[in-house]
Amino acid sequence: MMEPLTTFLTTLSTAQATAALLPLTFLLPLAGTLILAFSRGTLSYRLSALVGVGSVGLAAVATLLLALGFAADAAPQTVTLWTWIAVGDFTPRISLALDGLSLTMLGVITGVGFLIHLFAAWYMRGEAGITRFYTYMNLFVFSMILLVLGDNLLLLFLGWEGVGLCSYLLISYYYQHSANGWAGFKAFIITRIGDVFLAIGMFLLFSRLGTLNITEILELAPKAWQAGDTTVELAAFLLLGGALGKSAQLPLHTWLADAMAGPTPVSALIHAATMVTAGVYLIARMHGIFELAPLALYTTGLIGALTLLMAGFAALAQTDIKRVLAYSTMSQIGYMFLALGVGAYDTAIFHLMTHAFFKALLFLSAGAVIVSCHHEQDMRNLGGLWRKLPLAYMGFVVGGAALAALPLVSAGFYSKDEILWQALAADQQGLLIAGLIGALLTSLYTLRLIIGTFHGTAKSANARHAEAGRGFAHGLPLVVLAVLSTFLGAWITPPLSGVLPAGPGDGVTAGHGAVELIAAAVALSGMALAVWLFGLKRGWLRLADHGMGAGLWQLWHHAWGFDMLYDWTLVRPYRGLVALLKSDVVEGVFRLLAKLVRLVHLGLSRTQTGKLRGYAVTMVVGATLILLSLALVI
Amino acid sequence: MELAFYLSGLAAVLATLGVIANPNPVHGVLYLVVSLLAVALVFFTLGAPFAGALEIIVYAGAIMVLFVFVVMMLNLGQAAAEQERLWLQPRTWIGPSLLAAVLLLTLISLLWRDDIQRVIEGGELTAKGAGTLLYGPWLLLVELGALLLLAALVTASHVGRTVPVAAPKPAARDMPTGDADQPQPPQQPARGESSSPAGKEVL
Amino acid sequence: MNGVPMEHGLVLAATLFALGLCGLMFRRNMIFVLMSLEIMLNAAGLAFIVAGTGWQQPQGQVMFLLVITLAAAEASVGLALLIQLYHRFKTLNIDVASRMRG
Repeated sequence: MMEPLTTFLTTLSTAQATAALLPLTFLLPLAGTLILAFSRGTLSYRLSALVGVGSVGLAAVATLLLALGFAADAAPQTVTLWTWIAVGDFTPRISLALDGLSLTMLGVITGVGFLIHLFAAWYMRGEAGITRFYTYMNLFVFSMILLVLGDNLLLLFLGWEGVGLCSYLLISYYYQHSANGWAGFKAFIITRIGDVFLAIGMFLLFSRLGTLNITEILELAPKAWQAGDTTVELAAFLLLGGALGKSAQLPLHTWLADAMAGPTPVSALIHAATMVTAGVYLIARMHGIFELAPLALYTTGLIGALTLLMAGFAALAQTDIKRVLAYSTMSQIGYMFLALGVGAYDTAIFHLMTHAFFKALLFLSAGAVIVSCHHEQDMRNLGGLWRKLPLAYMGFVVGGAALAALPLVSAGFYSKDEILWQALAADQQGLLIAGLIGALLTSLYTLRLIIGTFHGTAKSANARHAEAGRGFAHGLPLVVLAVLSTFLGAWITPPLSGVLPAGPGDGVTAGHGAVELIAAAVALSGMALAVWLFGLKRGWLRLADHGMGAGLWQLWHHAWGFDMLYDWTLVRPYRGLVALLKSDVVEGVFRLLAKLVRLVHLGLSRTQTGKLRGYAVTMVVGATLILLSLALVI
Repeated sequence: MELAFYLSGLAAVLATLGVIANPNPVHGVLYLVVSLLAVALVFFTLGAPFAGALEIIVYAGAIMVLFVFVVMMLNLGQAAAEQERLWLQPRTWIGPSLLAAVLLLTLISLLWRDDIQRVIEGGELTAKGAGTLLYGPWLLLVELGALLLLAALVTASHVGRTVPVAAPKPAARDMPTGDADQPQPPQQPARGESSSPAGKEVL
Repeated sequence: MNGVPMEHGLVLAATLFALGLCGLMFRRNMIFVLMSLEIMLNAAGLAFIVAGTGWQQPQGQVMFLLVITLAAAEASVGLALLIQLYHRFKTLNIDVASRMRG
C-alpha cells in the first residue's frame, strides 16, 4: 500500500517532474486568458466560469503535486524555458525557480486564488461581462505566478507590471461609473510611482553587479559591498519604494481603499490575499540586499509600524464594510513589514500566508453579505443579519477572530504573536509597542465590523430582505477558508528554512511565553472594550456626535487626510501648470500648422473635379513642365 | 525607301488629324484604320516587316473591328454627330492643342540635338530574332502578356455585363458577412431594402 | 539620300503621340477618347520599332509585341466601360461620369 505512494512521491520530486509541472502552473491560467479573450463573448456564463475557474484549479493541482514532490525532496530547482532577450552578455531567461519561498507563494496564489475564482462564479451571477472578468482574473493569476517564480528581476518585473495592469483593469471593472475608472487610475498611477523606484533599483543592481539573476545578486552582493555602503542602502531603499507602492504602505497607500470599487472577489484576491503582498515577497526575496542595508531595513520596520497604526485608526471610522477590510489589510501588511524590518523574513511570510487565508475569508463573507443584501455595503444600513446569513456570519466570526488574533484557536494569533516576539527578540521595543497598540485597534475595529453588520436591528429594507446565498460555489470556499483560518491553518509551516535567514527570535524561548500572554491579553481586552463600546452601549457611531470625537472621527474617516494632502501638494499644482501650458506660444505654432494643412486640403479637394479630361490636362501640363525643364537644363 | 517612309508618315499624321477632328464616330474609326495602315507601311520601310504585319493584323484588323462593332451596336445616328459638331468649338480645342504643341516642340527640341547619329538603313529585322529573344531570356514577358490578357478578359466580361438596372441580383446584398457568431440585427434586411433604389451602383 | 535618320522616325512618333494626346484632352465622346489612347499607344510602339531598327536589335520588336498586347487589353476593357457608360447615362459624354468630385 505504501510502496506505490512512495514511488509516486519520488517520481514527483525528480527534476523532470518539476520541469513538466512548473511551467504548467502559469501556462494554464495563460491558456484560460487566451481562450476567454479570443472567444469574443460567445461563451455562455457557465462555460466562461468553467474555463476561468478550471484553469486556476488545474494550476492549483499542479502546485499540489509540486508541493508533494518538494516535501519528498526539498532541493531548490530551476527550470529554464528559453532565453528571453540576448544582448551581448545580458541574457535574461524565462526561467522559473522553485524553492520554499516561491512554493509558499505559489500555494497561496493558486490555492486561495482557486477558491476565490470559485466564489466569484456565485458572486458574479447575472452580471454582464463574465468572460471579461475571468479573462482579467486568469491574467492576474498568470502574472502573479510569473512574479513569484521568476528567477531574475526582469521576469519578476514583468509579473509585477502584469499584476498592476490587472489590478487597474479589475478596479475599473464596472466602467460605466466614472468614479470606478478614477479609482483604477489612482491605483495604477500610485503603484507606478513605486514601480519606477523598483525599476531604478534594478538598473542600479545591474550596473553594479552585472546580473539580474536573483541568486547571483544575493551571492555577489556581500562580496561587492560592506554592510551599510551608500550604494547598497540606495538599492535597498529603491526596492523598498517599489514594495511600498505595491503593498499600499505609507506614503503610497492611498490607492488601496479606493480600489474597493472593483467586484468583491477581486478585492479578496488582488487587494488582500496576493498582489498587495508582492512587496513583502520582494523584500523577503531580496533579503541579502536588505541585510547589507541596516538603515533601509530599519525604515521598513518603521514604515510598517506607522502604517499599521494609521490604518488601524482609519479602519475604526469607516462605515463601508469593504473599506474597513481594506484598511485592515493595510494594517496587516504593516505587520508584515514590521517583521521584515526586524529581520524575521520567515515570520513575515508566515503571516502573509495566514493573512491570505483569513482576509480572503473576510472579503468573501463580505461579498456574500453584499450580494445577499442587494448590493448594500454600508454598515449604517445593515445590522441584525446573523440569523439570516449564518454562513457569512460564521465566516466573519472565524475570519474576524483570526484578524484580531483570538488566542489559541485562530491562525492569526500564531503568526501575529510570532511577529511581536521577533520584534522583542530584535530589541525593538518601539515596534513592539506599536504592534501591541495595533493589536488593540484590530480587535476594536473587527468587533465593530461584526457587531455593526450582524447584530442590532436591520436598518434598511435591503438588510431586512436579505437572502442567504446557496450552492456549492458559495459554500465551499467559505468553509475551506474558515477551516484554514483556525489553528489548523497555522499548522502549515512554510518550508522557508533553507531560503531565508533565521529571524532574531528563532530558537530562543526565554520570554516568548510572556509576549504570548501580553498579546493575548491585549487582544482579549480589545474585544471586551469593543463589546462594551459598540455592543452594550450601541454607540458604534456615536463618536461622531460630539466635539472632539467628531473631529477625530472625520480625521480617521478620511484616513488622516492623505488624499487631501496629495491633492493640495501634488495634483492641484500639476493641474495649474498644465492649464498654464495649454495656452502657450509653442502650442499656437502647432495649431497654425494644423490650420494650414486644413486650408491646403480644402484647396486641393477643389481640384478633384471628377472630370477625366481635366485630369488628363493636368498630367500633360506636369509632363510638359518636366520635359521643358529637362530641355532647358541639358 | 526613304520616300515611302516620308509619304506614309505624312499619311499617318493626316489620318490621325482626321481621327481627332472628325465628328462622326464611324468616319473616325476608318481614319484610324488608315492611320494604322500608314504606320504599318512605315514599319515595312524601316525594315521591320514582322511588326508591320502584326500592326495590320492585330491593330487595324482585330482591335479596330472591335471599335466598329461597338459603334454599330450603339447605333448613334445623326443626332450624335450633330452633338459632336457642337462640342468641337475652337474654344474647346485651342487650349489643349496649344499644350500638345508645346509638348511636341519640347520633345522635338530634345530629339534634335544631333547626338543620336544613327541612320536606319532598312536592314531586315525578322520574326526569328524576336522569337528567340522572347522565348529565351525574356520569357517572363510572355507570362506578363498572358496575365495581362487574362485580366483584361475577366475585367471586360465582368464590366461589360448588362445587368438590369432597376433590380440588381439580391444575392449580391444577402451574402453572409462571416460573423456567424454575432447575431444579425433585425434592421439589416430593412437597410438592404432602402438601398435598392441606389442599387444600380452595384454592378 | 541613304537611309532615314533615326530622329525623323522618333519625331514622327512624337507627332502622332502629341496628336493622340490632343484628342484625349478635348474630345468628350468616349469612343474618340479611346481611339486617341490607341493612337498614343501606337506611337509608343512606333518609337520602339524605330529604336529597334536603328540599333539593329530585336528588343524593339519584342516591346512592340507587349505594347500591342497592352493595346488589345486596354481596348477591350475600355469598350466594356463605354458600353456600361452608355447603358447608365444614355450618353457617351465622359464628363457626366464625375461622381468622384472631391
